[in-house]
Amino acid sequence: MIETKEPSMSGALRISAEVGSRIYQQMWRIRVFEEHANELYLAGKMPGLTHLYTGQEAVAVGVCEALQREDYITSTHRGHGHCVAKGARLDLMFAELLGRSPGYNRGKGGSMHIADQENGNLGANAIVGGSAGIATGAALSAKMRGSGQVAVCFFGEGALGQGLLHEVMNMAQLWDLPVIYVCENNRYGEYTHFSETTAGTVLGRAQALGMKAFEVDGQDVLAVNEVLTQLVAAARDGGGPALVECHTYRYHGHHVGDINREYYRPKAEELEWREKRDPIKLFGERLVAAGLASAEELAALQAAVREEAAAALAFALAAPFPDPSEVTLHVYA
Amino acid sequence: MSALTMVQTIARTLDEEMARDDRVVVLGEDVGKRGGVFLATEKLFDKYGPDRVIDSPLSEAAIIGAAVGMAAHGLRPVAEIQFADYVYPGFDQLVSQVAKLRYRSGGQFTAPLVVRMPAGGGVKGGHHHSQSPEAHFVHTAGLKVVFPSTPADARGLLKSAIRDDDPVVFMEPKRLYRAVKEELPDDLDALVPIGKAAVRRVGDDVVLVSYGGSMAETTRAADALVEQGLSPHVIDLRSLAPWDEETVLEAVARVGRVVLVSEAPKSASVMSEVAATIAEELLDQLLAPPLRVSGFDTPYPYAQDREYLPGPARIMRAVQRVLDY
Ligand SMILES: Cc1ncc(C[n+]2csc(CCOP(=O)(O)OP(=O)(O)O)c2C)c(N)n1
Repeated sequence: MIETKEPSMSGALRISAEVGSRIYQQMWRIRVFEEHANELYLAGKMPGLTHLYTGQEAVAVGVCEALQREDYITSTHRGHGHCVAKGARLDLMFAELLGRSPGYNRGKGGSMHIADQENGNLGANAIVGGSAGIATGAALSAKMRGSGQVAVCFFGEGALGQGLLHEVMNMAQLWDLPVIYVCENNRYGEYTHFSETTAGTVLGRAQALGMKAFEVDGQDVLAVNEVLTQLVAAARDGGGPALVECHTYRYHGHHVGDINREYYRPKAEELEWREKRDPIKLFGERLVAAGLASAEELAALQAAVREEAAAALAFALAAPFPDPSEVTLHVYA
Repeated sequence: MSALTMVQTIARTLDEEMARDDRVVVLGEDVGKRGGVFLATEKLFDKYGPDRVIDSPLSEAAIIGAAVGMAAHGLRPVAEIQFADYVYPGFDQLVSQVAKLRYRSGGQFTAPLVVRMPAGGGVKGGHHHSQSPEAHFVHTAGLKVVFPSTPADARGLLKSAIRDDDPVVFMEPKRLYRAVKEELPDDLDALVPIGKAAVRRVGDDVVLVSYGGSMAETTRAADALVEQGLSPHVIDLRSLAPWDEETVLEAVARVGRVVLVSEAPKSASVMSEVAATIAEELLDQLLAPPLRVSGFDTPYPYAQDREYLPGPARIMRAVQRVLDY
């Protein structure tokens, strides 16, 4: 049952120009959102901390492009990319980061908790591994209702340390649930390389359960998308769960305050990923090479996204804080 | 010794105890090379190496579970849970294994371990980075629970906890980690006994009882009361299980009015226990009902933590109520 997938960085692109631009735009929206989030933190305008998704855009977008709006995702503490890729609005996301009333969670959650029911986003989660049960239960519900929906559970490789993930993967395989476990292996937990905290292999964990398992270059949005498209289609047809390990990298620190990180991660390694394996740059080059977009068109897309993000941020900064009386709202029905 | 913040004091104290007793071992997520997310284990890795300062996988159940086995067999593990909010994956181990090992083995085994965890709000962390779960532990027989509010108490209580033959949950008010610096005694055996409260101010108009992070606001409220010409009596519980009934009851019996301050949710809280004990023991001497000023019975809110945290204004209103009663 175990198959691995070689990165498919070459060959003709089997996508339309329209899909190509959308993928490019979505990845760029994540990148620009995170630039603003970082600036908000550095300027002291955002309360608390946030974990930037920059560098990993191809995973969220490659996965979510394989999903329908009705499909589910669960997300992590590093969740902005998943939210955007699943269709969230930047203005309501910024508002949540800033704890404002129109935010996705009405200011109750902040950066690590954005949930967007309309787009099937069951929520980011600041407890590592905490959403694995939710994703699996959503898949069980989809199966019981015969709805044809699929759930994707995003998690970092750090979550492999949590028992819950292994418990629900066992259930999913046992009960043939339509859930795909997407492991974003960005090499580091917080400040420790994953090889120091993880025995064996990521795929081996699925292998032990007899679950389909793939690994893919997480900087190649089409490679991610191709694997997910097949797995999602299979899951929809009752083909059961799978695990996909996406090899990727976070450009920034573990969180925005993690600035000096050479004691755990060499600068040269960061540069190597940024310069040689940037998912947006690589994809842009491929679009141009395949004649699906011109450099000017990509620049125009970038400018449009920048404009959208600036307006979204301005909206959020001007938005009111929730009324103090709301503090006790939504504890119960 | 130079003046240290609470978090520096904790690192220093761990160092002192590790130097004193080579059975003391630190383990947790990023406690080694990084020195802990809050730097509470800073430099220990360099000094004691990877066998005694263990970087663990992201596995709270396994951290606490392994600590039980280590503790039962000759070591004195000090486990770090990065935020108290992450203890729940390991909660079963704490409640079912750690707390019950001595009792269920008829006294054959003990688990002399410490589980350290930064707790409480005020850092805009939202509901998974701000909780005050102490009541869960206090409710669990077999665990001792302490929650210091000053560097010196953190040192003295951590030493007592490490040297104790029973498991101790050591809670740290993260918003006070760097709030003040304190000169610490040179004495390496300056223990603060578990179960003994500290009287921070002697007075006779109203007793204020608090602990942990809320001591900061309670102290500010007490200062404001003094400015108004009142005489508050301030008790820092420091230990929550066992808690110092004698010191609290003696003061409340004398003064007759008491306000109990803690940022934890109100229902079934530590302060509920204190209030119930006061009512059971002192009903005749009370001049007003014991009042709790607390967090709300809600998850910890992100945007509205100013409303949630009991600040001086809410404490003063409660004081006014017991005075006017
Ligand atoms: C149960 C739990 N334990 C610890 C933490 C603290 N923590 C937050 S993120 C993180 C590392 C996560 O690594 P990974 O899952 O690989 O995701 P990444 O940050 O690399 O995206 C840790 C230890 C937490 N949030 N939840």
